[in-house]
Amino acid sequence: MQHLDGLKDKWLAAIAGAGALDQLESLRVEALGKKGEVTGLMKTLGSLSPEERKSAGQSLNQLKDALAEAIEARKAALEEGALNQRLKRETLDLSLPARPELDGRLHPISQTIDEIVAIFGEMGFGVAEGPDIEDDFKNFTALNIPPDHPARQMQDTFYLPKKPGEKEAMVLRTHTSPVQIRTMMSKKPPIRVICPGRTYRSDSDMTHTPMFHQVEGLVVDETTHMGHLKGCLIDFVRAFFGIDDLPVRFRNSFFPFTEPSAEVDIGCDRSGGELKLGQGKDWLEILGCGMVHPKVLANCGIDPAKYQGFAFGMGIERIAMLKYGIPDLRTFFDADLRWLKHYGFVPLDVPSMTGGLTR
Amino acid sequence: MKFTLKWLKEHLDTDADVATIARTLTMIGLEVEHIEDRASDLAPFTIGYVVEAVQHPNADKLRVCKVDTGKEIVQVVCGAPNARTGMKGVFAPVGSFIPGTRLDLKKGVIRGVESNGMLCSMREMGLGQDHDGIIDLAADAPVGQSFAAYMGYGDPVFEIKLTPDRADCLGVHGIARDLAAAGLGTLKPFEQKRIEGTFESPLKWQRADVGDACPLAVGRYFRNVTNGPSPQWLQERLIAIGLRPISALVDITNFVTYDLNRPLHVFDADKVKGHPTMRMAKAGENVLALDGIEYALEPGMVVIADDNRVEAIGGVMGGELSGVTPETRNVFLESALFDAVNTARTGRKLGINSDARYRFERGVDPESADWGIEVGTRLILELCGGEASHVTRAGERPEWHRTIAFRPERVRTLGGVEVPAERQRDILSKLGFGVEEESAARWSVTPPSWRADIEGEADLVEEVIRINDYDNIPVVSMPKLSALPHPAITPQQRRVPLAKRLLASRGLLEAVTFSFMPSAIAKLFQPKGANAPLVMLANPISADLDAMRPSILGNLLLAAARNAARGYPDVALFEVGPSYLDETEKGQILSATGVRVGLHRPRHWEGKPRNADAFDAKADALALLQMFGAPVDNLQVLPEAPGYYHPGRSAVLRLGPTILAQFGELHPNVLKACDLKGPAVGFEVFLDRLPTTRAKGTARPLLNASPFQPLERDFAFLVDAGVAADKLIRAAKSADKALITEAKVFDLFQGGALPEGKKSIAFSVTIQPRERTLTDQEIEALSAKIVAAVNKATGGELRK
Repeated sequence: MQHLDGLKDKWLAAIAGAGALDQLESLRVEALGKKGEVTGLMKTLGSLSPEERKSAGQSLNQLKDALAEAIEARKAALEEGALNQRLKRETLDLSLPARPELDGRLHPISQTIDEIVAIFGEMGFGVAEGPDIEDDFKNFTALNIPPDHPARQMQDTFYLPKKPGEKEAMVLRTHTSPVQIRTMMSKKPPIRVICPGRTYRSDSDMTHTPMFHQVEGLVVDETTHMGHLKGCLIDFVRAFFGIDDLPVRFRNSFFPFTEPSAEVDIGCDRSGGELKLGQGKDWLEILGCGMVHPKVLANCGIDPAKYQGFAFGMGIERIAMLKYGIPDLRTFFDADLRWLKHYGFVPLDVPSMTGGLTR
Repeated sequence: MKFTLKWLKEHLDTDADVATIARTLTMIGLEVEHIEDRASDLAPFTIGYVVEAVQHPNADKLRVCKVDTGKEIVQVVCGAPNARTGMKGVFAPVGSFIPGTRLDLKKGVIRGVESNGMLCSMREMGLGQDHDGIIDLAADAPVGQSFAAYMGYGDPVFEIKLTPDRADCLGVHGIARDLAAAGLGTLKPFEQKRIEGTFESPLKWQRADVGDACPLAVGRYFRNVTNGPSPQWLQERLIAIGLRPISALVDITNFVTYDLNRPLHVFDADKVKGHPTMRMAKAGENVLALDGIEYALEPGMVVIADDNRVEAIGGVMGGELSGVTPETRNVFLESALFDAVNTARTGRKLGINSDARYRFERGVDPESADWGIEVGTRLILELCGGEASHVTRAGERPEWHRTIAFRPERVRTLGGVEVPAERQRDILSKLGFGVEEESAARWSVTPPSWRADIEGEADLVEEVIRINDYDNIPVVSMPKLSALPHPAITPQQRRVPLAKRLLASRGLLEAVTFSFMPSAIAKLFQPKGANAPLVMLANPISADLDAMRPSILGNLLLAAARNAARGYPDVALFEVGPSYLDETEKGQILSATGVRVGLHRPRHWEGKPRNADAFDAKADALALLQMFGAPVDNLQVLPEAPGYYHPGRSAVLRLGPTILAQFGELHPNVLKACDLKGPAVGFEVFLDRLPTTRAKGTARPLLNASPFQPLERDFAFLVDAGVAADKLIRAAKSADKALITEAKVFDLFQGGALPEGKKSIAFSVTIQPRERTLTDQEIEALSAKIVAAVNKATGGELRK
């Protein structure tokens, strides 16, 4: 079968020379197709003697396999070449901007409230809420602020018009303390709640806005004392500001609804014209607190001979400003896009005590 | 409340330095706001002696002075009319910072004569308004000495912020008492000895209808007094705390007010006709008060009247016409008690803020009416001479004695700190409390007359622990209620942070705007129509914050307009918060509200820009509803949104009778009122109206995923233009609720070859076989059912 070698060389050369897939396919048909040259030779095998047939058959099969293999290899090479050609053509200028997406942000007040809830939640506090439009009793009288009490002048109250037949006009709550009253009137001790919300005072200047947010805290049980008040708030401010050794000072003060009362300062350093929280020689007042006044307990139907506890209140904007370095209170309510984008928070940044309060 | 260190030391024997005193005051509840140390501000100024003052050669009104500064003789040109040879004044050398002018003094040549310094007036020193001439010091003032030291300005001034309960510390003596109790020295008692009069007072106190509003009036007549300037020590005290010395008599009353928290008043007795009477004002009465203002009085206000007129407003302010002058010879001294609430009301109504009102409305020691007259008498006799009458007195001193049961263990159980009984008793005694130990566990405590604020045991605990210093209370972290905390918020409350985070992740910025709104805008957002009442404020801070917002939308649109005015017209804002339909608790609605204004898709190299439209707002609303598990597919979309939306391009999403959300384009009139160039779309999702997810445990229903491939069939219908697409979809789905899992509009066409008033809606239906593959006949039959259902519901014809 000497001539088979020549045949093999001829076809291999042709396959190697095929420059395109269709050309290769016709070569395959010519050689190995039903009427192809090699197939034709296979058909002649029947006329040979059994010995000859065996050896010629083997040779032809080898030839057929070799050609098929060569065609496959050539096909792969041609396909890869074609793909490379295509890939060379397919280019994008990826310096072009991606399709625009709007970039939403959370307001610092919302983020701060979530942080506050995360910390106090860890200490077993639940969240209580109440309406912004309150009656005089819950905003003042129940909190041991009778009419004409000088303490009422400490707060500039927004009033609604007095309705005929009404004894007292409704007010916009001047603090979140009425939620304390609502909680004590509806729940039995032990109580541990915080009450974040909108509050209103008729005051507007560089450092006051007629609306702002407060968070109130209330604990009522049979044993909670001033030491717990200190522990609770020290734990809170250190966690909130993320400063483990933040100095905290409690000093005597007065609120009609607590007795004894305290104001709380945190340590800071004002040297160099910039406020830095932490160790330093200065103090910064951040909240008021005290043991719930026995009259307030009694006003809510809780026996002050048996129960006691503490309450505190702080401004949410104030602690947000301190923590996040926001200079101007009034900008909180202006809805300036630039401000919201700059000071706002990524929505997936959910504060938690385990995952972290602040990135 | 202001006082100086020296003044404090009149009442407190102490070696404590300024910093220790300041820290102690702050810790015990007398918060130090400011400490002013004028010695350093006035350091360059010294006492100078005018050796010679001669007429300036080139100016009539100027004098050329040779001033002995103690170190040298300096030439100074001076314009003051009182500059004269031999006087002693205050000299400022070149280079000094002059507080009154806020300028550095320069060497100058005035009309050809060199001037090397300045002789100062009070105003130039920043010490008052007096600019009639240069300061004229006493002849014995030591030349060369620091002026501040000479005036006692070396004396630091404390300013403390007093809480309303601590009326007793509106006098320096009370402050000293607290400091002594806190261990900073010994309290010096003040002189309150009775001084016998020598004659019967021709003026006798009368009390008419005042009752408890003025329970006691004490008085004394003085004859032949001389009302000159008060002595320097007294003037210095008053100046140091920012009061203007007026005359000896007036200065005495001011001094006693600040020294002992005992307001006094002196009448020129010769101007009083008949007996002074405490009575209620009558309607229509007026009084010209000491501040020069005529006040109209009302019944209920206590006045001091005589046969002439109303002479003073009780506890608030004296009258001009009976006031003392330098010529006054005979005076009547008043020391009375006025009720706190009544005084506050009177002062508030008249708009008078006086030292007397400030004190009486916080509560003045009831004992002080009697000892106050003696203190005043001693000072008047000392400083003004003359002769004092017997005391005249009307009314009764109110009973102030009361006892409080006190368990010393409450200091530990309420105050959280162990304070030995001995120390507790010491603190209370030093503060003036009477302590009687009925047993070790139970004391009977009598608060002093000056502590009306002390009502019960808790107050006594506070007294002990504040003086003992809050720093000494051991810190105790909150004990755990359970091994692991329970959720702090309820599922309902959780909607708020979830809604915020969802909307922010959809690209909206969260705003927090005021709960107020201008009423002109607010009435456009009253969902019940522009004539329905708004929740108005009785005392708004300004006219554009006079109503409570009935919807958040208005505030967001106003915010969008502000941003547009700043050059940022494309806005996507939301707020989750309250709006107010009426003043009841139920009238406060919680919603997640948002607006999208301007371009929703900005200009971009690849695609066309697109304005936000109602479907963007719909997507926002639905995303919220979907997150909260509302049955989004079952909601009805009805064109019933309030009038502030575009009537044809807005809708409500209703579940049964409840409107869960509303959305759409905003009405052009609303945009115009908000000064916003449109278009703008908005949505409101009412979080409190969402159906609560029933507590069925945490397990989800089993997933029912069919092993058979779903198939899609498309249909196109020609319907009347007014038919809602939703109607076709619902009809199509109803054809076989088991097999049809979804139906979606993919094409909408109107105009072209279509008949007038018709539109073509094409939708695809997803059919999900459950048990086996469907045969062609079954699919055909289902398709026919769909066509029939749609046709029946809408009259639409299948397009072939």
